[in-house]
Amino acid sequence: MGEFKVHRVRFFDYMPTAIRAMAFNAHTERLALGRMDGSVEIFNFADHYFQEKVIPGKDSRSIEALCWVGGRLFSAGLNGEITEYDLENLRPKYSLEAYGGPIWTITSNSQGAHLAIGCEDGTVKLFEVLEESIQFERNLDRQKGRIISLSWHPSGTQIAAGMMDMIRVFDAVSMLTTVLLVDRGFGGSKSRETVVWSVVFLSDCTIISGDSAGKVQVWDGHTGTLVKTHLVTKWDVLALSVSKDESSVVVGTSEGTVIQFQFIAPTLQQQQDKEWVRTRTFKNHTHDVRALAEIETAIVSGGMDTQLVVRPLLEKFDERSHASALRKIQFPHRNLVFCAKKAGLLLFQFPGQLELWRLGESDGHGKPGDSLPLKRKPEKLLHLKRKGEDHICCSALSSCGGWLAYSTMSSVRLYRLQTDNNDISITKVPKLPKILRSAHQLCFSSDSSKLFAASSQSSVLVIALSQSECKYVHTLKPKSGSRQPIHLMTNSVDGKWLATANSDCEIHVYNVQKLKLHCIVPVYGSCPSAMGIHPTTNNLTMVHADQQIFEYSIVEKQYTDWSRKLQKQGLHNLWLDRDTPVTHVTFNPKNPEQILLHDMHMFCIIDQSLPLPDQKTQFYNQMTLRSLSEQERPSHLHAFKICKTFQDLLSVSLLDDQSLVMVERPLLAITSQLPAPVRQKKFAT
Amino acid sequence: MATLCEGFTLCGLVQTQNASDSPIQGIELDEDSDHAVVTDSTRSVTLYKVSDQKPLGSWTVKQGQLLTCPAVFNFQTKEYVVVSDNKVIRVWKDEDLNLDKAFKATVTADVWRVHSAPGGEPVVLFQRGAVRFLDSLLSAPQQPIEDVLSEEEVIRWSASIVAEEQHFVLFTTEQNGECCLYVQRLNPNTLQKYRLEREDSGASPLSFSASLRDKHLNLLYLYPNGCVYQSVVAARGYVGLEGVQDLPRSLRLRLPVGEGELGAASAVALDEAHVAVVGVPHPSARTGKDFLCIWNTNFQTLQAGKEMAGRIHGQVWCYLGKLFVPHGKALSIIPYECQKSSLASALGKLRHTGIAVSKSSVAVPSWNTLLHGDQPQGPTKIVETRKSKLSRKSQSAQALTVDQVLELIKTGPVDEVQREVEVLVSRGDAQDLQLSVGQLACHLVARSQAETAFYTPVALAQLVQTQFLCHSVCPGLLLLSLEHKDYFLCQLCLQLFPDIPEVVTCACLKTFISVPDGDVEMVSLEPDSVSFMEGLVAAGARGGQQNGFSPPLFEEDSCDANHQPKPPQDKKNHTLQLEACPVGLHKAVLLNEVLQTPYSDNFLLPHLKDLDTQQVILFLQYLQFVYLKYSQDVYTQTAGLRSPTMTQIIDWVCLLLDAHFTVLVMAPDAKGLLSNLQSFVKSQVKLFSELGKIESSLQELHKMKLSKDISQYSIEVIELF
Repeated sequence: MGEFKVHRVRFFDYMPTAIRAMAFNAHTERLALGRMDGSVEIFNFADHYFQEKVIPGKDSRSIEALCWVGGRLFSAGLNGEITEYDLENLRPKYSLEAYGGPIWTITSNSQGAHLAIGCEDGTVKLFEVLEESIQFERNLDRQKGRIISLSWHPSGTQIAAGMMDMIRVFDAVSMLTTVLLVDRGFGGSKSRETVVWSVVFLSDCTIISGDSAGKVQVWDGHTGTLVKTHLVTKWDVLALSVSKDESSVVVGTSEGTVIQFQFIAPTLQQQQDKEWVRTRTFKNHTHDVRALAEIETAIVSGGMDTQLVVRPLLEKFDERSHASALRKIQFPHRNLVFCAKKAGLLLFQFPGQLELWRLGESDGHGKPGDSLPLKRKPEKLLHLKRKGEDHICCSALSSCGGWLAYSTMSSVRLYRLQTDNNDISITKVPKLPKILRSAHQLCFSSDSSKLFAASSQSSVLVIALSQSECKYVHTLKPKSGSRQPIHLMTNSVDGKWLATANSDCEIHVYNVQKLKLHCIVPVYGSCPSAMGIHPTTNNLTMVHADQQIFEYSIVEKQYTDWSRKLQKQGLHNLWLDRDTPVTHVTFNPKNPEQILLHDMHMFCIIDQSLPLPDQKTQFYNQMTLRSLSEQERPSHLHAFKICKTFQDLLSVSLLDDQSLVMVERPLLAITSQLPAPVRQKKFAT
Repeated sequence: MATLCEGFTLCGLVQTQNASDSPIQGIELDEDSDHAVVTDSTRSVTLYKVSDQKPLGSWTVKQGQLLTCPAVFNFQTKEYVVVSDNKVIRVWKDEDLNLDKAFKATVTADVWRVHSAPGGEPVVLFQRGAVRFLDSLLSAPQQPIEDVLSEEEVIRWSASIVAEEQHFVLFTTEQNGECCLYVQRLNPNTLQKYRLEREDSGASPLSFSASLRDKHLNLLYLYPNGCVYQSVVAARGYVGLEGVQDLPRSLRLRLPVGEGELGAASAVALDEAHVAVVGVPHPSARTGKDFLCIWNTNFQTLQAGKEMAGRIHGQVWCYLGKLFVPHGKALSIIPYECQKSSLASALGKLRHTGIAVSKSSVAVPSWNTLLHGDQPQGPTKIVETRKSKLSRKSQSAQALTVDQVLELIKTGPVDEVQREVEVLVSRGDAQDLQLSVGQLACHLVARSQAETAFYTPVALAQLVQTQFLCHSVCPGLLLLSLEHKDYFLCQLCLQLFPDIPEVVTCACLKTFISVPDGDVEMVSLEPDSVSFMEGLVAAGARGGQQNGFSPPLFEEDSCDANHQPKPPQDKKNHTLQLEACPVGLHKAVLLNEVLQTPYSDNFLLPHLKDLDTQQVILFLQYLQFVYLKYSQDVYTQTAGLRSPTMTQIIDWVCLLLDAHFTVLVMAPDAKGLLSNLQSFVKSQVKLFSELGKIESSLQELHKMKLSKDISQYSIEVIELF
């Protein structure tokens, strides 16, 4: 197929932030994940754990706890505010000062009628959940010492509160409180207060607590007595989560372990006398496990080491399959890297800044496998800090390298870039149209004459750009009336077509010249994770979270023959078993048969002229092909050419000079920037 | 061990008219290892498939003609070669049916044998000793053939051996009861003649067998009196020696012959240690001589035996792990197995012959004569003659010979003896000294033991320093030096003698421990060992680095990172603080020598019990001192200096504790010492268990692939197919 010159880029210092809280909504199968920088991510567990929404963070916001009430998401943090999120516009809907100092925890009762928050000043505040907002109802007895953790009894009449050195049980009806005293640690930690980091209140009035002395304790809520103490770690027990049927509790510790306790009979003979028994230990984290959720078939955990781990419980699966495999989500499922193909520039998006780099050059030639000598080193042209508190949610770079835009929750900024030789000048374009307030996605047309900004309710604003001014042209609106945000947007090279995809899995194609909706691609059940419009045929290629690939002819408004053939024959199982979504689709203008895709672990060129692999074909066949002679090769070729040389890929693009740009962010580099874990692996222990 | 497997019959044999003649002339191999070419004594050649015991083909010459040499296979042309009526060479192929129609060539002289071996061209050996390559002979059959042997000389046996590059034809001849071995090398052609030593009975060998081993040709031959001799001829490094050389032999085996002498018997070497013999009686069944036996020549033991029914013609061939023995009316094939004797290999006593080549006429000194050297006989005479030759060349006339010095030692005054010994030692070369030094030392010791006033420390020290002495040569030396409190000589002996008996070691130890410090400090000792000890003692003063050893605080078993080592407050720790060396410097040096003496603990233990409690405690204290030093000071293990190893120290501690445990437990003054030892050992055990853990981790690291160091940015080329 040929040789490619590859710019192997490792200077993007992308650093995800630690996971602080998570809440799983069993009804919608969405997991809300709160990170230390205040951003919230929504994962759709029904759709291959796809990260469908990201609400950018804000400097002043912190998230200590998340909580779903029906389809509504609330968070509370140490800034003392309760926030409800607008999941359609990916922004906080409102924030409410609780007047209790920093808030440590927020939880709703099972009826979804009330929220309880635990405050630094020792109060437990109850809020009533109203249609459009929440309203303060009352304080429970104010205690001395902060309220760290809370758990409602499923009946909604009692609340257990984890505090310093004790657990209090409030009865909402009788207004009585029971005190359970928690032991301190042994030895040197005797003088330190024990923090009850987490409590759960079960329907049989059992209270389970995890504390900073490393204990998991089981209490009888009726009598207020301690039933059992499990010392699980020398450090803190940080998080607890109970399964829906209350037969299992998982515990997250500072050591990075997740320990499962199950309510089972210790012997086969006495099935009645069940007790909480420590059963399994999982070690998938190196650092604190700060957030945990036990869902139907898996344990979901996250913590300081920034990765989200879905650990399936194997006894819930009948056979080994794709679903029963351990899954780690390390990278976002969207692009943080933008490449100006003509100019050879790279734009890196950080929450707080943008970086613009010019790639290096080499005039050498080499054999495959060689590293070429560098004639010019890559150069950081620009370090653009965002204005304001809000984090950057999206950005774009025009392919000529002359325009740069980014958006936060509150504003959009557009810059004109001029590079002559080594000097770069940047000018902010003043007076943007008022309608352009914020954008979920930004993209420039390929001739850099237009800027498209994805706005609320899946609409797209079209802005015309010129040297002198920028002007609002039109708003493209979908007919479906979907309120979901657009998470993917791409336009064609000839400037005629614009395709958008939203979280409802709808893909709209607009005719930009006529400024109207051209067609809607038939809705597929899985969310598109990447798409692109072919430069010559104007076919739209879409890859979905379930790894399916479709090709849709925009002109003919139907799936292409190749796509039909692919669907008929089915994709190879090894392709379907990959656990990271494809995040970028691009094409080779010189060779219209080629589609370039990548996910975190591989880069793939699909050659549409070659036969599709069937299940018996060797799928990863590059090594085999290399060993074959020229004559034998053609009989072994198939359409999927997969290269795994590059790992931990954040972006792959093809420059106009036919060289590839691979942006890698080695996980080891991320790990090395984490703080030291409390427990380091010592020798061979 | 060697074993003979169950044999099988390859073919029946037709009795010849003369019953003493064997019906078989020869057995050869062809390219298939499973084939055997059997030539009978009259007219036919038969090719057998051995595993099937079936003939594959047979060729016969006409009535009236006679095969005079066993048929061989030419490995290069894949043809068979045989000689009929002494002069007609016949060559034929496997597919030829009739031998008469095969290629024939008549040569001018009588042929003795045609020899062929894999990897070499066939060679024709004429009865008069000339050798030709078959090819060149066939290209000009009428070429004249020279006579090599004299009129009376008759070839008895011949063989051909192909080494990597060299091709040998060996043959033995007999003339008037004198046997000679001819070694004919081909390309370039050289002929060497060796005379075999005559057996006392005057008989000539019954059979020969030749093999190539370690680049030496080994000739094994059997005499009618049952002696099996081996002679070795170097295959390489050959210098064109003119004339007849005597071929030295070594007796490998003396077979029991029963009554009378052996008649038809044969011996063939199977490997370096095993010999197969036929026609020799079985030692435990003295009825007949019809046995096939395998003997181990290293141990002179019978390894396997098998009775062969019927008359044995004294013929045996050995090919590829099978013995071919014609006996009675059958030709039997007996597979055998020879393994290296496990005892021999276990003791490392497998003799590798081939070093004692015929040329090495240098007499090797015998330990026996040296040890009981009071009546120096044969070998010493040789030495003396060589010695005198040497001294004639290089020495001044005044210098005394060894004998003269020995005489002098018996009577002369101390000073003169000292001087003469010194002169003798300083001028002699290594070869001669080895012999004379022992004698000198023995004489000196004998005189000193007889006369208490006579003691020559300097001379003795010089003799010891030549390093040619050992304890068994001069057993009295070390004890004599102890008697005279000559600690320097003691030290030398301990350092240089490899074979000091444990009882003497113990006697030294006892003396060293009990000697007052003052006595030893004045003695001058070997400077290296003293400086080592000085370094060791001085090390404590500088408060050396702690190498893994921390004062015992093991009540909690944590090895946490946050664990703070407590300041040494326990009383116990005081005693563990480095004490001064419990013995004086020079005494310690001497004790170190004892520590480094080789010993066997089984023999040492009983003698250790002779030490009294105080001595044991003192010695233990010293050992503990050295051990603590070793574990605390990194740098004391200076390279080059002779010093006791950690293991030696520990072994001695164990031995002492073993020997005196009950006494030590009872003794009140040993209590502190023992408990210190215990706690220290405990800390060490802990350290080593941690080290064990590290080791496995580091091993993992070792296994890890070294990942390419990839920089932040590179431009690479990839190829997709």
